[in-house]
Amino acid sequence: MGIEKFKELDPIYTQPYDPTLAEKLYNPEKPMENRITDIGPPYFWQFMPPVIQKNYGKWVSHEIIQPGVLKYKSETGDVVYVVRCGTPRLETTDYIREICEIADKYCGGYVRWTTRNNVEFHVTDEETLKALIEDLKNRKHPNGSYKFPIGGTGAGISNIVHTQGWIHCHTPAIDASGVVKAIMDELFEYFGSHKLPAKTKLALACCLNMCGAVHCSDLALVGIHRKPPLVEDERLEHVCEIPLVIASCPLGAIKPATAEVDGKKKKTVRINVDRCMFCGNCYTMCPALPISDGEGDGITIVVGGKVSNRITPPEFSRVVIPYIPNEPPRWPTTVKWLKKIIEVYSQYANKYERIGTWINRIGWERFFELTGIPFTEKCIDDYRLAYTTYRTSMHFKFTKHVDEVFNAPENYKVELFK
Amino acid sequence: MGEVKKHDTPKVDQLKTGPWPSFVDDIYSYAEKHKNQACFDIMGQMELSYTNKETHWKHGGIVGVFGYGGGVIGRYSDQQEKFPAIWAFHTVRVHHTAGKWYHTSALKKLCDMWDSRGSGVVNFHGSTGDIILLGTVTDQLEPIFFDLTHQLHWDLGGSGSNLRSPACCMGKSRCEWALIDVQELDYELTMAFQDELHRPAFPYKFKFKFSGCPLDCVAAVARADMSFIGTWRDDIRIDQEAVRAYVRGELKPNAGAFSDRDWGPFDIKKEVIDLCPTKCMYWDENEQKLYINNSECNRCMHCIAVMPEALRPGQDTGIAILIGAKAPILEGAQLSTLIVPFMKVEPPYDELKDFIYKAWDYWMENGKNRERIGELIQRVGLNKFITEVMGLTPIPQHVRVPRDNPYIFWKEEEVEGGWTRDVAEFRKRHPA
Repeated sequence: MGIEKFKELDPIYTQPYDPTLAEKLYNPEKPMENRITDIGPPYFWQFMPPVIQKNYGKWVSHEIIQPGVLKYKSETGDVVYVVRCGTPRLETTDYIREICEIADKYCGGYVRWTTRNNVEFHVTDEETLKALIEDLKNRKHPNGSYKFPIGGTGAGISNIVHTQGWIHCHTPAIDASGVVKAIMDELFEYFGSHKLPAKTKLALACCLNMCGAVHCSDLALVGIHRKPPLVEDERLEHVCEIPLVIASCPLGAIKPATAEVDGKKKKTVRINVDRCMFCGNCYTMCPALPISDGEGDGITIVVGGKVSNRITPPEFSRVVIPYIPNEPPRWPTTVKWLKKIIEVYSQYANKYERIGTWINRIGWERFFELTGIPFTEKCIDDYRLAYTTYRTSMHFKFTKHVDEVFNAPENYKVELFK
Repeated sequence: MGEVKKHDTPKVDQLKTGPWPSFVDDIYSYAEKHKNQACFDIMGQMELSYTNKETHWKHGGIVGVFGYGGGVIGRYSDQQEKFPAIWAFHTVRVHHTAGKWYHTSALKKLCDMWDSRGSGVVNFHGSTGDIILLGTVTDQLEPIFFDLTHQLHWDLGGSGSNLRSPACCMGKSRCEWALIDVQELDYELTMAFQDELHRPAFPYKFKFKFSGCPLDCVAAVARADMSFIGTWRDDIRIDQEAVRAYVRGELKPNAGAFSDRDWGPFDIKKEVIDLCPTKCMYWDENEQKLYINNSECNRCMHCIAVMPEALRPGQDTGIAILIGAKAPILEGAQLSTLIVPFMKVEPPYDELKDFIYKAWDYWMENGKNRERIGELIQRVGLNKFITEVMGLTPIPQHVRVPRDNPYIFWKEEEVEGGWTRDVAEFRKRHPA
């Protein structure tokens, strides 16, 4: 069963929504009756504006005429102007309707989103562009936040890609939308400007499952746990497959056990807490092993990753701050450190250097010194492939760390012989 | 509908101020306008999470629509007495379009449906790419699916151990660097693998992502089990007059991406030639001419990005296929590994589909529960995966460096005389 590959708008969208139709079509007694399946998403072509359809594959170059505003030139001589706006990703249908209202007014009803949760409006002449920008700037929520801040281009901070957090996820260690709001409020000037040494991509994942795959971002936050899971002996055998739970632990820290609950023998598990690395994979497999904890959970900050092949190959982000407590509603410690990292990077990096390429040039020891982030043993890898991260050369710099630990006699004793 | 019950949310309310768009203001505005109890309750539950720093969603919940094993994720509050309107608050994943283009007539109709059958809260978009509808009850799932398919000609996305909704960059729709038609490729493969997308039969999730060029705007190399990235194998096209215009300072380097800071006048030697990772470029000051030794270029695209009016990728384009990226759970994060360096692709992409099925067949046969294909490759060895599984000939491009240990798993047939030896004969030569 397929729907036509519509090159022009599917007429179904011009018919109003009928809130009663589904109940007429769906018959719980005969669930296959009237059922349409496997049709996939609508064909994209019908949703692209005429100027995009006409110039598909014919674009020659682009220019960022001001932060958040791009101009594309086609070999046909056509141009298209794009206004990119940040969105919070978590929003209501009224917010989407407002986007539609703007797109109807200026863009012939067409609109697009980017991978990083920005919304983009397309126009073909400068006058409409001016009116559109003016309109977007003046749309605000009741308490004054911009509905559609313009930016996210060039050598600045683009919108944060992030996960659900406490608004909708069952395994998060931290919130997502609230942390993102707190960060973007503080880094707002970098979203709408081009004053950093290069493009800087931020990401947040509220647990190690990382549905946001933040592990290759310039700057990212990851929610972590620090307490081993609780074991609900009474409930476990009823809600979990014990062999699957045991197999789910990457460190083999879970073993089968029998416990007595109210005089009854219950099949359950025991956790070797010394081996637990708090990944939470067992909880994903078994609801009777809750791992979240208000005191235990918090944020890890990782830096220096990227996905682009530009100049240097893609790279993982690295842990620089192993733990910051959850501090709702505005996460001040997290925000403070992110801002510090951005400011130091902005001050010291060369043009075109991403955070990671800058650090690779100056060395991690210099990064820790310049940012003032305390280096601890928690930043030294002890998981798989850890050896690939050890320093096995004489290429190092004499930062304050060497002086403090090895060259001051009293510290020398304390650090090495305690 | 009776009076709505509002909750005190002093902590959450602090996210109403500040310049960045406030989701709290948005959700409260919607709640007030539509007298929507679910929105008040979701803010109330969020306040509770902000107080005790823990989520209040129960673990999982198996719900779905008939005949599909994915696309809907069950969600139940653990505070059902306090927040009865969100006691069940399931997620519906609606498959985004390739390149995330929409017409407002479709979006508004989708909004009408969601106001009628759900909370009115959405994500544009979820991390994998889908439009996420947040919050409905089990009884509404079939009607939502019927509305989507009958009234919107729209299907659910993937979830669970199946093919997740593929995603691509904006591709040829707007980008001059799109070296392959990622949108068409995304759509065609999405349609070809509808069964894999809706009916979980895999050991774990599987993601496709398509980037038009090595700048990789959808992070295919980091997020996709199978990453398709556009590239070219002929020469970078040079407009020497435009290069000179950059050198003279008449064109803005990097399309204006550095406009708010004074980095001094453009210096082609410092900003392009010296930063080239393969040192395959030369600017002749006397001739005022740029030379590129294209056979040494690794197509990092830096020079093209700095001087987009002057340099363009070649025209003999195709895709590279990399396999195995994933987030840290379980064996640690992985980037995708280059398997096919260059392949010409045309609709209906049959050779690509064969390639994909070959990888899937092996993974479905040999993958452990919750083992991503990248982890399986690590477990069996990249060499075995390339040769025995995919039937390809290994080339140096498959590795960053060759192995540093000689612990090679030789096969008996590769060794002269085989492995069957006579110990008596051995001892004749070497008395014990």
